[in-house]
Amino acid sequence: MADNELIWRIAGGSGDGIDSTSQNFAKALMRSGLNVFTHRHYPSRIRGGHTYVEIRASDEVVDSRGDGYNFLLALGDSFARNPKENAYYGNEEVKPLSENLDELREGGIIVYDSGLLDASEIPDFEERAEENDWHVFDIDLRSMAREHGREIMRNTAGIGVTAALLEMDLDEIENLMENAMPEKILEPNRTILHEAYEMVNEEYEFDHDLRVPTGEHEEEQVLISGSNGVAYGALDEGCRFIAGYPMTPWTDVFTIMSQHLPKFGGISEQVEDEIAAAALALGASHAGVKAMSGSSGGGFALMSEPLGLAEMSETPIVLVEAMRAGPSTGLPTKPEQGDLEHILYTSQGDSCRVVFAPGTPQEAYEQTRTAFEMAYNYQIPAIVVIDQKLSGENQNVPASAFDRDPNPSLGPTLTEAQLEDAPHDPSGIFQRFSHDDPEDDGVRPRSLPGQKRGRFLVTGNEHNESGHIEEDPDNRITQMDLRMKKLESIREDLDSDPETSNQTYFGPDEADYGIVTWGSSQGAVREAVERLNDDGHSVKAIGVSDLMPFAEKEVTEFLESVDEALVVEMNATAQFRGLTQRELGQFGEKLTSLLKYDGNPFEPAEVVEGFEIQIAGNEEAPTANTRLEPAVSD
Amino acid sequence: MSAFNAIGEEREIDREEFTPGIEPQPTWCPGCGDFGVLKSLKQALPEVGRTPEETLLVTGIGCSGKLNSYLDSYGFHTIHGRSLPVARAAKLANPGLEVIAAGGDGDGYGIGGNHFMHTARENHDMTYIVFNNEIFGLTKGQTSPTSPKGHKSKTQPSGSAKDPIRPLSLSLTSGASYIARTAAVNPNQAKEILKEAMEHDGFAHVDFLTQCPTWNKDAKQYVPYIDVQESDDYDFDVHDRQEAQEMMYETENVLKEGTVLTGRFYVDEDRPSYQEEKQAIGEMPEEPLAERYFDDDYEWERSYDLLDRHR
Ligand SMILES: Cc1ncc(C[n+]2csc(CCOP(=O)(O)OP(=O)(O)O)c2C)c(N)n1
Ligand code: SF4
Ligand SMILES: [Mg+2]
Repeated sequence: MADNELIWRIAGGSGDGIDSTSQNFAKALMRSGLNVFTHRHYPSRIRGGHTYVEIRASDEVVDSRGDGYNFLLALGDSFARNPKENAYYGNEEVKPLSENLDELREGGIIVYDSGLLDASEIPDFEERAEENDWHVFDIDLRSMAREHGREIMRNTAGIGVTAALLEMDLDEIENLMENAMPEKILEPNRTILHEAYEMVNEEYEFDHDLRVPTGEHEEEQVLISGSNGVAYGALDEGCRFIAGYPMTPWTDVFTIMSQHLPKFGGISEQVEDEIAAAALALGASHAGVKAMSGSSGGGFALMSEPLGLAEMSETPIVLVEAMRAGPSTGLPTKPEQGDLEHILYTSQGDSCRVVFAPGTPQEAYEQTRTAFEMAYNYQIPAIVVIDQKLSGENQNVPASAFDRDPNPSLGPTLTEAQLEDAPHDPSGIFQRFSHDDPEDDGVRPRSLPGQKRGRFLVTGNEHNESGHIEEDPDNRITQMDLRMKKLESIREDLDSDPETSNQTYFGPDEADYGIVTWGSSQGAVREAVERLNDDGHSVKAIGVSDLMPFAEKEVTEFLESVDEALVVEMNATAQFRGLTQRELGQFGEKLTSLLKYDGNPFEPAEVVEGFEIQIAGNEEAPTANTRLEPAVSD
Repeated sequence: MSAFNAIGEEREIDREEFTPGIEPQPTWCPGCGDFGVLKSLKQALPEVGRTPEETLLVTGIGCSGKLNSYLDSYGFHTIHGRSLPVARAAKLANPGLEVIAAGGDGDGYGIGGNHFMHTARENHDMTYIVFNNEIFGLTKGQTSPTSPKGHKSKTQPSGSAKDPIRPLSLSLTSGASYIARTAAVNPNQAKEILKEAMEHDGFAHVDFLTQCPTWNKDAKQYVPYIDVQESDDYDFDVHDRQEAQEMMYETENVLKEGTVLTGRFYVDEDRPSYQEEKQAIGEMPEEPLAERYFDDDYEWERSYDLLDRHR
């Protein structure tokens, strides 16, 4: 736990502007020199229903939502308040104040809108506040907002109160409001902000310890979500075509791309279904445009067949799989890492694809770029796996991380001049699937429709050098081996420079114990490792991103170097641990899984607790919401 | 300078250029209607001035899907039912290409039916040929979406309980801007219709009746056929949606009785193609996107220039 940190939760009704309010507040904290991390929780519902955003801010690195929170700003849920809808939402209206109240830390602050919320509806509220030394401020934010503007502006009143209680400067907040709001609503908001700020200072004596931390950045920071990271990585790789069909949480990436592509002279297509979406990406890429598509679990299932076609036809495409909890419609707005095996193995035949699972927004940017590079350089589908957690969480990243050259390369693609000298069959068809392997990496350069001397056939059937259907066993073996060889070449390529490894390591270089995790669970593990070491444990961790081709060498070295390891992932069947054992064929006796599948991401404390129980040999489940499970031996 | 010099190339084109040296003899059954499609397409392409290397033929899976094994051009033999989404994206990526999608009645009206509806709706500038043999050919004769009610097959032993789909009406309702039906036994009409379809600026749908002597003996050879434009018995305006609709309805009704009506059923030259619509709202570049990757002077946009909103 960072010594000096703020975890500010704004809770209220979904549709009440909590997202934009919290986004601006997070930026204000970031601009003041702090590291920030945001976590959002929302129901699968358009309007109404309890929702919250947590912003964690510290002068130290923050990679997860942290444990609990220390400041609650509880706004009313205007939809739950609608008397006509009472029948639907019952006691939902006090949820912004009552939900997860136990997780508010000792000495924490509660500000609630007494214009909309009645604390007496919460059992033993006063006793609990006293017991936990909570500092409670009931303020009629609604009236304040109504008086100077509109009721919805109570969010701004809440920010004013927050700033006053934390002794935070209003300048950055106001600057951000100016950028974000049209003149007409800016004025009343500004009035409300100051009104609330001054009112607290004038009317309240307070004796809480919590203040906004102070910090300083060495360089300029930007607040980026995992979805931003993916989209920006794609744009910088020259991706100018996207096709998609909305599905939470993939929709974020699709939306960001659709908003920017027209300005970048690209094309975005919302189409009839995900089968079409993936097929369009294939068609565009085949014709020479860098293209992507994506979906979440259910939509990705529909992409199975086009994905296989991309493997067989060696058409480069990038797909995003933004996981949410399954099976089926599952928990549409909750994260889980349950689609791993689905992503690795869906579609008939041997899998021949690249799969990366970034762990942070910045990794999402970098690994999406690498995914495009691998896809186009090796003519193979590449999948970027994110989830509902990573897609929606924001983190500050140095702006300079994006100050990089674009890479619009199509990979090995011949020009018309080069096609003159390329292999052709006697009838003049370009041998796009030549048995010759010029670079000894499995890749045969392609031509593009419309090029002279480049015509060839591509098919999902097994094919000969000209692309024509061919069932001859020798040709079959040659073509299969060349396609599969690309995976080895990619692995070598990825391993060639340890500096650019997609795997992330934390903790000391040498340690007795290890924690292995993948994708978005990385942040919670990183923090857990810090705490465990602070508490005297000897533990280090690896966050694995390269799932196919698997980061065999790095994971082997890591596991060889520890006595025992905990494998942390958000699913019920330990899919990543299974993959590790399958890929490495050993280490079963060293591995124990820590699993969680209740719809919420790991908190660092859960990882700490799981680790301690495992090391202590205690067989009890660590907490109600996680589960320990030893690996079967290899 | 273009990176795609086959596009727009002016030269004499010999129809034999479209015969691949590799597999010159199709393996379709003798008497199969698919030969008729191949032949008329080979004739039509040179006549509209299209060369093999500016043509992208995208097919589905079925006996019909083997078309591009026997027609030499850029070809993409995709998966069952998905020729249209692949084809239309290729057209958006490089609009100078002559994009033709083709597949069977099962492929286009069954498993790919959703794509058919939406591609027609969007009016992509391309030609779609459906080999309609009223049967699943490749999988050995099961009932297809166009098989007549009562049609017996191994999977419908008591005869199909379903009325067939109405491909022409469906096409019109969905938004296709050129709709015709021709038959393999009528190669001259077929060639003319394919030429019109390729020259049409919008989604041109050709329902091509292709007899399957192996599995669909009931359908005979689609003879005798009547060209509705030539016959005095039919008088309707192909530009009039209402009249076209009635004509299609009748055409679909009488096919089960063995009366084969062919010809153009609907032509709308005014409807803008999807590309035009997208360009009009600024969501598609004027220059072919595929050219950009070969333009060494192009200044590629960067995400770095989008960061203001994140500061
Ligand atoms: C997803 C999928 N389902 C089923 C098949 C098997 N299959 C191949 S072709 C075909 C039907 C062919 O009928 P049609 O589309 O009318 O083409 P035809 O052979 O008559 O030309 C089927 C069911 C397949 N290849 N893929
Ligand atoms: S099975 Fe029918 S459709 Fe297929 S090739 Fe033979 S005749 Fe033609
Ligand atoms: Mg058929």
